[in-house]
Amino acid sequence: MKRNDGRKNDQLRPITAKVGVIKNADGSAMFKLGGTTAYSAVYGPRDLYPRFKQDPEKGLLRCDYNMMPFSGHGERVRPGGGRRSKEISMVTQNALLPVINLKGYPNAVVDVFIELTETDAGTRCAGITAASMALADAGIEMKDLVISLSVGMLDGQLLADINGKEDCELGATDIPIAYIPSMDKISLLQIDGEISREELKKALELGKKKCLEIYEIQKKALKQKYAAKVKK
Amino acid sequence: MAETLKIKNKEIVVPGETLAEGMGFLPSRGTYRDEKTIKAQKMGMISIDGKVIKLIPLTGAYVPKVGDKIIAKIIDIMMSGWRVDTRSAYSAVLGLKDATSDYIAKGADLTQYFGLGDYILTQITNVTSQRLIDVTMRGPGLRKLRGGRIITINSHKVPRVIGKEGSMVTMIKQATECNILVGQNGRIWINGEPDKEVLAEETIKKIEEEAHTEGLTDNIKKFLEKKTGKKIAVKGETQ
Repeated sequence: MKRNDGRKNDQLRPITAKVGVIKNADGSAMFKLGGTTAYSAVYGPRDLYPRFKQDPEKGLLRCDYNMMPFSGHGERVRPGGGRRSKEISMVTQNALLPVINLKGYPNAVVDVFIELTETDAGTRCAGITAASMALADAGIEMKDLVISLSVGMLDGQLLADINGKEDCELGATDIPIAYIPSMDKISLLQIDGEISREELKKALELGKKKCLEIYEIQKKALKQKYAAKVKK
Repeated sequence: MAETLKIKNKEIVVPGETLAEGMGFLPSRGTYRDEKTIKAQKMGMISIDGKVIKLIPLTGAYVPKVGDKIIAKIIDIMMSGWRVDTRSAYSAVLGLKDATSDYIAKGADLTQYFGLGDYILTQITNVTSQRLIDVTMRGPGLRKLRGGRIITINSHKVPRVIGKEGSMVTMIKQATECNILVGQNGRIWINGEPDKEVLAEETIKKIEEEAHTEGLTDNIKKFLEKKTGKKIAVKGETQ
């Protein structure tokens, strides 16, 4: 069976990754996966206010996910805060936290902003992938990069990288995951739809395999920015 | 397990990248041991010294260290001192006793020494585990900066701007006839003729941009000679 955009079941949409795209941020990255584009900017470590949020033991990671008003269509595109964006900001934070060492920044905060300029499903995944590159670019201490991708199930077929049509119109089961390669751990797992236990296991294996492909692209993008500066 | 090095000296690595396998190597600053492998903890350039693997960060915010001379900005005036911005996540305190040797009466107006928004060249005397920072004005050359302009660069590029034994900054001073003070926190004060200040700023930005290239001193020398039309003598060489 061919997918609605002509891809194979385990084929990702075309990927573009760039680091250092936002000049005023301490670290930034862009990650484009087909029709979904995420920009991430990292600021900090910097002063944390309101003051009651300060933690003398470790720094705080604060994530903000936002779809831009022109980023797509459908009921989901609502810029600004909302139930949905709040939830995604929270899962993004949880997905990134296991790799980040905030011990060195007591009472401070690392701010991660994720803005989606184009949305075609898989926005939280593109956001997390971009954010982990931006954090590395900002020089934050971290154990590894985090890669995120949605896998899914449609008509009994396992699919990698669900697109908007498959998700909204065809009713695929959507499983966004975030993967930390060096620890072989999953730091984000959500399921929207139905899937059996056996199939879920297979879906996760597929997801991990595909995440490693994106990992190489992430590394290349990061190295490119700094290598260009060294050689010139 | 055999000891194997996975990377070359001076290679750029990303966080989490495996640098070496086996117990034969020692992880140093910016790297960590994960069971039998050594991995990078930050974005940076690898420096291998015998069995020690070190990571030189190429990016990231300034981390305050004791003894650093920094250019700080007065952001608040308190009962018995000033709060200054260090260009890191943490502000520092300049106590009255460390600020001046004058006798200051109780309730005196502290703005006569340093007002809000003033820039000072100051030295860090103490950093606690909670990142409370003390600075002092007692020391050679530490003073309030009057006139000129302040520019900022990435604090990791500061050693390149200064050069070996100050060769780079001396060269810029000579060529532009400006007074230049480089703070370890990446703030740089330039004072001179306006057009010369602009040239100095341009040169420093160029150094920041090309910080880790080979033959940087030569390139900058050529750049300055072209701009000023003068011959420049360089004392010492940086790499």
